[in-house]
Amino acid sequence: MTLLDVSGLTVRAAGGRALVTDLSFTVDSGERLGLIGESGSGKSLTTLAVLGLLPEGMTVTGSAVLAGTQVVGAPEKRLTALRGRDAAVVFQEPLTALDPLMRVGRQIAGPLARRTGLKGRALRDATYEALDRVRLPEPGRVARAFPHEISGGQRQRVALAAALACEPALLIADEPTTALDVSVQAEMLDLIDTLVREREMAVLFVSHDLAVVAKVTDRVLVMKDGRAVEEGAVRDIVGAPREAYTRDLVASARALESALDLRSAP
Amino acid sequence: MTPVLELTGVAARYRGARTDVVSGISLAVRPGESLALVGESGAGKTTLLRLLLGLARPTAGEVRFDGAPLAPRDREQMRRFRRGVQCVFQDPYSSLDPRRRVGAIVAEPLRSLGLDSRAGAAPKVAAALEGVGLPADAAERYPHEFSGGQRQRIAIARATVCDPRVLLADEPVSALDVTTRVKVVELLAELKRERGLTLVMVSHDLSVVASLCERTAVLEHGRIVEQGTTAQVLGAPGHPYTRRLLDSVPRLP
Ligand SMILES: Nc1ncnc2c1ncn2[C@@H]1O[C@H](COP(=O)(O)OP(=O)(O)O)[C@@H](O)[C@H]1O
Ligand SMILES: Nc1ncnc2c1ncn2[C@@H]1O[C@H](COP(=O)(O)OP(=O)(O)O)[C@@H](O)[C@H]1O
Ligand SMILES: [Mg+2]
Ligand SMILES: [Mg+2]
Repeated sequence: MTLLDVSGLTVRAAGGRALVTDLSFTVDSGERLGLIGESGSGKSLTTLAVLGLLPEGMTVTGSAVLAGTQVVGAPEKRLTALRGRDAAVVFQEPLTALDPLMRVGRQIAGPLARRTGLKGRALRDATYEALDRVRLPEPGRVARAFPHEISGGQRQRVALAAALACEPALLIADEPTTALDVSVQAEMLDLIDTLVREREMAVLFVSHDLAVVAKVTDRVLVMKDGRAVEEGAVRDIVGAPREAYTRDLVASARALESALDLRSAP
Repeated sequence: MTPVLELTGVAARYRGARTDVVSGISLAVRPGESLALVGESGAGKTTLLRLLLGLARPTAGEVRFDGAPLAPRDREQMRRFRRGVQCVFQDPYSSLDPRRRVGAIVAEPLRSLGLDSRAGAAPKVAAALEGVGLPADAAERYPHEFSGGQRQRIAIARATVCDPRVLLADEPVSALDVTTRVKVVELLAELKRERGLTLVMVSHDLSVVASLCERTAVLEHGRIVEQGTTAQVLGAPGHPYTRRLLDSVPRLP
């Protein structure tokens, strides 16, 4: 079943310049799609358009149907109902998604309470459980902390817990590990993979790093200058890219990676 | 050969802190042996670069330049030091003065070192810009007219215009896209090859380290857990922390 159907999506800046042009793709229930491209290629604007969160002044045409609802042109009230239930998002910098003045626990309890109707002790237990599921040690301590009191990696786990607390049909992750250390990134990617699999959630995963996208998704859409370059299975795109742009991208990634194939001198 | 830069048993702490952020650090940078400092954020990599640049003072041990203790009050030594040791930082957006033309930005080390007059600097600036693959008319333009990768080239041109022996670079390619990253890595490799530049580089990208540096030191919680040739350290890591860093690198299918 198609969960997200984007078709002919075009996003223009206030001045009329096209930032995303005639973009089309679909994500089925439980399916995972990666959006890959260099910075400025329009990945983030695409995810924002899908959620109806584009900055003031931008105009959007075309269509983005999420769980049966047309997002383009929808009134804010309609979109509020959609966000969380049908799609939740984790951004690159969790500080922009988390409220700096609110303790972490409350930021997860909020969406949990809205979805489940839990209160009091039961809500607190569910909050701790949500923190535990993203493998945060000492959920009790983390729940009482403010976002700036925990590390970047822990904040990103909290943002993931908050997104998952809504049990959305679609998880949108926009460069969720770009700001993290490699070892923290590896744990986070595993975590997303496992938790999403358990819930049979669909994922739209955005990254500029092919190797990172390949960890989470099976299918990717390559973007350049706001347009789709090509789309296909990760293995095909990496193994046999059809477009010159993709070939460049893959060759660069391979060139860097091959430097790591060191054999220590005898 | 006498190391150009050396840390011997160095410890450092920030003002007001009760514990050292780095301690027991002994490192030597020999000419032609580029050194990488790797480790997770907070490990103390930038602090080590600040110590090597004389921007931070050790609480124990010594920083040595050409075999002599670094003495910020010794003006003659500081002149030689600034001439021989330059630096490039991570963020190509904030490290260039937006109000000055690229030509003036790149010429800055020549002027502050009193090496050249404005007219005398021009050919060196042009050569430095050409060396990093920027068009000669770049000198007349402003930083905002350039992309991230081009700005990092400008920063590298500025750092190499006075022909330093050592370039300290803190995550010089981390903010760049992969295709641009490859080009900047190639540029640094060329500067090593053709000008005998020695790099001291902080990077969390182990493949960049492996491409550019002969030696690697691995830092965890302010201590060096392993150092040696890059082939040894990354090819056959002896410390579990190094192995974990290597295993975490996502690889293409
Ligand atoms: N608020 C904005 N106003 C004008 N242009 C913008 C705005 N946000 C992004 N852009 C431009 O839109 C293009 C796509 O941006 P973005 O979707 O953020 O790219 P990506 O996420 O792939 O790095 C870029 O050229 C960017 O400069
Ligand atoms: N100006 C500062 N004042 C106090 N503590 C600092 C300062 N700069 C860095 N630190 C602390 O020193 C430790 C090492 O930092 P840093 O050298 O920047 O690490 P890295 O570059 O490896 O990420 C960290 O715990 C950091 O919080
Ligand atoms: Mg983005
Ligand atoms: Mg640092």
